[in-house]
Formats: sequence, structure tokens, C-alpha cells
Amino acid sequence: MAEPLLDIRGLKTWFKTEDGMVRAVDGVDLHIDSGETLGVVGESGCGKTVTARSVLKLIDMPPGRFEAGQILWKGRDLIPLEASEMNSIRAKEIAIIFQEPMTSLNPVYTVGDQIAEVIELHQKLSRKQALVAAAEMLRLVNIPNPQRRVHDYPHQFSGGMRQRVMIAMALSCQPKLLIADEPTTALDVTIQAQILELMQEMKDRFGMAIMLITHAMGVVAETCQRVTVMYAGLVVEEAPVEALFGNPRHPYTQGLIRSIPRVDRSAAKKQRLEAIAGTVPNMLEPPPGCRFAARCKFAMDICNQGIPPLKEVGTGHFVRCVL
Amino acid sequence: MQVHRVSRQYVIRKLLIMIPSLLGISIVLFSLLAMAPGDPFDELATNPAVPPEVRAALRAKFGLDDPVWMRYWHWLIALLQGDWGFSFVSRMDVSTLIMQRLPVTLVVIGASQILAIAVAIPVGVLAATRPYSLFDQIANTFAFIGFSLPTFFTGLVLILVFSIQLDWLPFVYRADISATGWEFYWEHIKQSIMPVTVLGLFQGAALVRFVRSSVLDVIRLDYVTTARSKGIGERKVITRHVVRNALIPVVTLVALQMPIVFSGAVVTEQIFRVPGIGSLLITSMLSNDTPVVMGVTFVSACLVVIFNLIADILYGWLDPRIAYR
Repeated sequence: MAEPLLDIRGLKTWFKTEDGMVRAVDGVDLHIDSGETLGVVGESGCGKTVTARSVLKLIDMPPGRFEAGQILWKGRDLIPLEASEMNSIRAKEIAIIFQEPMTSLNPVYTVGDQIAEVIELHQKLSRKQALVAAAEMLRLVNIPNPQRRVHDYPHQFSGGMRQRVMIAMALSCQPKLLIADEPTTALDVTIQAQILELMQEMKDRFGMAIMLITHAMGVVAETCQRVTVMYAGLVVEEAPVEALFGNPRHPYTQGLIRSIPRVDRSAAKKQRLEAIAGTVPNMLEPPPGCRFAARCKFAMDICNQGIPPLKEVGTGHFVRCVL
Repeated sequence: MQVHRVSRQYVIRKLLIMIPSLLGISIVLFSLLAMAPGDPFDELATNPAVPPEVRAALRAKFGLDDPVWMRYWHWLIALLQGDWGFSFVSRMDVSTLIMQRLPVTLVVIGASQILAIAVAIPVGVLAATRPYSLFDQIANTFAFIGFSLPTFFTGLVLILVFSIQLDWLPFVYRADISATGWEFYWEHIKQSIMPVTVLGLFQGAALVRFVRSSVLDVIRLDYVTTARSKGIGERKVITRHVVRNALIPVVTLVALQMPIVFSGAVVTEQIFRVPGIGSLLITSMLSNDTPVVMGVTFVSACLVVIFNLIADILYGWLDPRIAYR
């Protein structure tokens, strides 16, 4: 098998707080091949965002720190890299877009300026050429009137349009990997669909890989080839998308899938939406065994004796469960 | 990066707002002074050579017995024609008196504000980018000391050390320097150093704390993470994407502090005997020279309003969201 584009091995990103060490990411393994879309799912606080930001080293240190693990980008570990080497990878090879398009752009510069800033730096263009390229990027992400809009400020754009601007900025240097950290969570439903469609279109055009972080299982089913399910700082299941939805093995994944609202069932039969009882464990002192045990209806004694290893249950299908 | 242009309409609107504010300020000042006890002819009451009838006649002649609104109206009309009134004590036009004193004050205040800003921005930004580091703690400590000590105290300490012990700097500010050419400027610089330092560092100390907290507020915003993800390097992230945004509230603070700076200048001018409008205000108050008091306070009010206008324009320049409204 070819070397994966990004290979995260046993990554632990911890945060020092007044109460002690918060183990936000506590041994994550995941990999992305060139050109594929990997979905990373899990509920709020399970470490998805920290994992994503760790890849670009956008974690504030301190309080954060890499406790263990490797982040291999094309075989090279990013963790020990100098800031300047990291900067030559950011935006040029790995780009990121965030959850909140309303606050992700600097309000005092025009969107053209902010896109051109990246292009100027990584493609060694003059400011003027970079601005032309920025307008071209705005056209690619379907912003009407790009020649004029390039001189507008972020507050003159709506939320969906700003996320398009973010995508234009992220893709302006044709990165090999786009990390999309809940890119549609803050947008309303019709705009969500448009943004996802745009990302798909851009992927086909530029051939990059996408790491799509989300907690919407529906989005995953539509856009991803493979899925990694995270729970409490760990990967609990990893599978091709059909296998995950067809044959979910981890009780947490099963719960996530059952919690997807289905118009055909619930409304007609007045069924209540199924939820997973309980909350994510406190990451200051995570339980010694399986972290889902406290909420799992199949929990046994053995579940509390050490974290179960990831075991292969099918082609490319791994699960961290004793069952 | 490109800086946008503030629209002319915005500036004109801000200029027009100045007119009612200045009118309002002058009404308040005039009424307050009219209510205050004492007027330029009080001294005559204690002078046995002046019979009460003469005093009454003088008061009537100068219109002091007219109702307040009529006196204000006369004052305003005269002011609009360039007549600021006449000082009974100095026997000079108020405008001449003020024009003699104003440049010195403007130079001292201007230089001290520039000093304050030049110290506060780099120190505040550096402290905020390394919170709780040794540099941050030292800067914080000095800032605390700086704004806890009143200017009359630090002024006296400076005089004791640099004028009396070391004899490097003059401690009385002289307006009548006879030297010419470079020496003239050198003497002026030498005598300005202490008043400017005292005022500037006092202002700067408060500003350092403010700049630091403003930068700390901005540095954790989402668009700063976006800027970091571009790979432009930490220094550019700070200078381009943090400092400019963090300066917006700082501009407000500097503008709002202008009245405090003026009153601080009054005290400092007294300590260093700077012949500025601050000391003019105090002497004219002591001698019941109402037209001068009115003139000086109104000039200070105008300056404060003008600084607010400058702040508004800077605001519009720093933050496009404001100038577009």
C-alpha cells in the first residue's frame, strides 16, 4: 500500500489547566490517503477540533503540549519542525477552514487582501498579480461579481458567502489536504448543502484530500469515503463509509447512527429521537478502561480493565471494543 | 496591506457634530462662571479710593448686571468676530494672552502624548504576546508604579535628582531664551525633557496596561488563528492581524483621556513653572479674571473636541465597518 498523505500515530495533545492536565486528544491514530475524503465524527468535546488544529500546530503552547505521538506528513514528522518550516507547509500543503465564518476573517482588511496575502507569500507573486488571482478564486467559489467583491470587507458578506471566501483562501495555493473543521455547523441548512457541494466541486477540480470534521452523520454519509469515529480523545471505530453505516460495530457508533433524525419514521409514528444517555467523561481523569463503558448498554466487567485495542473486523474496518 | 480611505462624507458629518457640542460646552462653562462668586470688580470693593457708585457704574458699563443669557449672547457674538474679551488684570486682549501661552502647552502635551504612545504600544504588545513572562511582569510592575505615582510627586523627584543633585537640566522653564540657532532649540529641548517625561510616562503607564489587555483580547480571536494557518509567520500575524485591530479601542482611550491630560498638564506646568495655558488658568482664577478663565477653559474644550474628531477619523481609518455606516 502506498504511503498515506497524512498519518497521525498515537497523538496525545494535552492542555495544562489550573485543575490539572486535560487529555483532549489521548492517543489518536488516523490516516488520510491522497484525494480521499475522511470524515471525523464524534460529539462536542471529543477532541476532533484539537486533532485538526494539532496537524497544523495551531494549538497555543502553553497551555497545550504534544505529549506523545507523531504527525507524519508525506512521511515527515511535523511535531519537531521549526516554526519557519511549519509555515512553508501551512496553506501551501495543508489548509484549514473553520466553523465560524463570521469571525474567521479579519474585519479590517478586504477579502481580496486576505486571500492575496496567502498567494503573495506562497506563490511569490506581486501584490497586484495576487489580487487578480484572488478575484479568480472568488469566481471559482461562485461569488457573484468577483472583480468588485474582491475589494469588499468581510462585514459586507453573509455567513455562507464568508465561508466561500474562506474556502477560496484555503484553496488559493492548491493544498494537498483541506481540513474542514465543522464548516457548515454555523450555517443554515440550505447554505450547508451549497457549501458541501462547493467543497466536493473544488475537490474534483484540485484533487486534494479532505479531512471533514463534523458531528452530522448525514453529511458524512453523503461526502466521505472513510470515517473515523472519535470518542473522548480516542478513535473508537474506523471504516469505509458503507461498512460504517451498514455494519457499525462500536456501541457508540451505533448510537450515533440511531440518533440521525429520519423524516419517514419519527414524524409519522411520533417516535422519539433516540439519544445516547449520559455525557462525555471528564478528560482530567478519564476512566481507566473503555471510555464509553459508563454510557454503554453492553458494558461488562472487562470493559473497565484497560483500554481495548483497535482490532480489525473487516477490510479497513477497525473497532476499539471487546465485543 | 492596503488601507482604505475614509469617506469625505464621514469626516464632514463628524465636523458638523462639533458645532452643537462646542455651543453646548460654552453655555455650560459660561453659566458655571456666572454662578461662581467673584468678578473682576470685586477687588474694587475693598479699595477705599473707589466709591461704590463708581463701581456700580463700571459694572453697568461692562454689562455685568445684564441677565446671564444676554451676557452669553454678547460674548458669543464677540467671539465669532474674533474678540475673546479683555483681561482686566493683565490689561491685554484675552486672545493675545492665550496665543502667547498655547504653543508651549501644545508642544509639551503633544510631545508627552507621542512619548506615551511610543512607549506603550511596543511594550504593551510585547507583554501581551508573552503573557506572564519575565518581561510582562516587569512591564506590569513599572506600569503600576507609573500610574500610581501622581505627577506632582514624580515631577519633584525628577527635579531633585536631575536639577539639584546632578545639575543636568534646568528646573524652571524659561520662555525668554536669548540664544539663537541650534542653541535656542537645545535649551528648549533641555527644559522640556522633565515635564514631557513626567506627563508622558504617567499617560504611558496607563496605556501599557490597556494595550496589553486589548492585544490579549484580540490574539485569541478566530481570525488570528486563520492568519496563523496561512503560514505568514508569527511576527506578521501580530503586526498585521493583531495590533491594528487592538489599536481601535486604544484610540478611544487616548481620546477620552485628553481632558485628563489637560488637567495633568495644569499640575505639571505649575511644578516646572511652564508658562503654558495651565498656569495662565490658575493665575487668572486666583485674580478673578473671568474673561481669561472663560477663554482658557473654552480653548481647552475646543482642543478636547478636536482630539475627539481626530480619534473619530482614526477610528474610521482603522475600522472600515465604522466609516461605511
